Amino acid sequence: MDKMNLSKHISSQFNEEMERVRNHVMAMGGLLEQQLQDALNAINTNDAELAQQVIDTDIKLNNWEIKIDEECNRIIAKRQPAASDLRLLMAVLKTINDLERMGDEVRRIAKVALESFNAHQQDLLVNLENMGRHVGTMLHDVLDAFARMDLEAAYVVYREDKKVDREYEAITRQLMTYMMEDPRSIPKIMNVLWSVRSLERIGDRCKNISEYIAFFVKGRVVADSSEMEQPEQEG
Amino acid sequence: MQSNTEFKRTPSAENRTMNHDDAMKTEPELNMADEKIKLTVDDLNLYYGDTKALNGIQLAIPEKRVTAFIGPSGCGKSTLLRCFNRMNDLVDSCRIQGQIKMDGQNIYDPSVDVAELRRQIGMVFQKPNPFPKTIYENVAYGLRLQGVNDKRVLDEVVETSLKGAALWNEVKDRLHDNAFGLSGGQQQRLVIARAIAIEPEVLLLDEPASALDPISTLKIEELIYELKSKYTIVIVTHNMQQAARVSDYTAFMYMGDLIEHDVTNKMFTNPSQKQTEDYITGRFG
Repeated sequence: MDKMNLSKHISSQFNEEMERVRNHVMAMGGLLEQQLQDALNAINTNDAELAQQVIDTDIKLNNWEIKIDEECNRIIAKRQPAASDLRLLMAVLKTINDLERMGDEVRRIAKVALESFNAHQQDLLVNLENMGRHVGTMLHDVLDAFARMDLEAAYVVYREDKKVDREYEAITRQLMTYMMEDPRSIPKIMNVLWSVRSLERIGDRCKNISEYIAFFVKGRVVADSSEMEQPEQEG
Repeated sequence: MQSNTEFKRTPSAENRTMNHDDAMKTEPELNMADEKIKLTVDDLNLYYGDTKALNGIQLAIPEKRVTAFIGPSGCGKSTLLRCFNRMNDLVDSCRIQGQIKMDGQNIYDPSVDVAELRRQIGMVFQKPNPFPKTIYENVAYGLRLQGVNDKRVLDEVVETSLKGAALWNEVKDRLHDNAFGLSGGQQQRLVIARAIAIEPEVLLLDEPASALDPISTLKIEELIYELKSKYTIVIVTHNMQQAARVSDYTAFMYMGDLIEHDVTNKMFTNPSQKQTEDYITGRFG
């Protein structure tokens, strides 16, 4: 928080507006975290009611995005933010876009939970649990890093995505063998596969947010992935 | 709802044939190392009596670029600007150490003719200060001082200068009216026309738009943009957004020190010094 110096503007109104935007991003992120947990729980426990609730709640994330977007627009129009203030707003605008899209992925996962699975198929869903936990931690960590604009933490999240990608590949291969064994289960397994894909995409978007944090801290777009992965090589 | 903004969409065939790699190349970034330097300030110290107003300023002003000085009141930016055409010579208590070189020649050298220096380095002030004469005579004044009285020459210079100052179309039918009949924004452009009539090499602008309304301000800013193809421009402004809009390079001063001097794009997105950051984002120091 110190890094952003949000409370140090001469204009106290400006302070409040920037602080509000930041708090709203955190609130939106918190809601998304909750949504992801609920969707994963709904799948694990085959809880259709909870799944439906996740689907219905997604609109709140969309509304958050619109609201924060408006707030940023207004600040840009009224205050002509510069330097770190401007970079923070640009990072916020991009972040909320990714958060909203993550919300859509979560809704896709929840839709799978609406379907009923037999006991054998339910076993397949266990695969989701580990990866879901992993992605949930990534999301939590990247939101933490965003709150503190912590570059080191952002690098960690960025590297973490590689592991999620590997998990995704492993699960995909496993599901393919199931499909070959029992072609009748293909429709169900496809659904599971979509949720795994959704989780993987949430991981990718967490990675995006870690890039926005790097943009804020460093003051330039860090497009080179090797720079994100091996920051210690810098002079 | 119809938007009043229309974007021209490139026909898709063109999209396919255009070279996107080339199109996406950004314009070359400005770089001080590539610039031809017009004015060099070398370890400049300035005292008003016992008070030190400028501390060892080191600065290079590139040719045919706009350099903006920003900083809080009393930071020394106007003082520094006035050093460039030796306006501070007129202040009795003022002492100057160090050098300012224009094209390699120290302007504080005793052999320098100050009147000639001020012809080469013109200045425009915060408040428009036209002479109580006609529009025409205001612009022709400098040339008449130089002994030019040929009406054809004067007519031509008046016209080109007023055109250069983006004022010609507004005053061409009343060139012989009193200059005080013009609006504030027009008067300021008239003063700029007067300054460029004697073909200076450098234009110093001290808060040129601070007494003007927003539209006149934009006209002055547009004018600055056009003038930089011919002149080296140094502008002092309290309006940071104006500095961001009109300048190529920005120098931030604080308490008589030059804190940071860099390409404007960098200064306003990612300054290196914390003091600069605090100032341009409107924070307490």
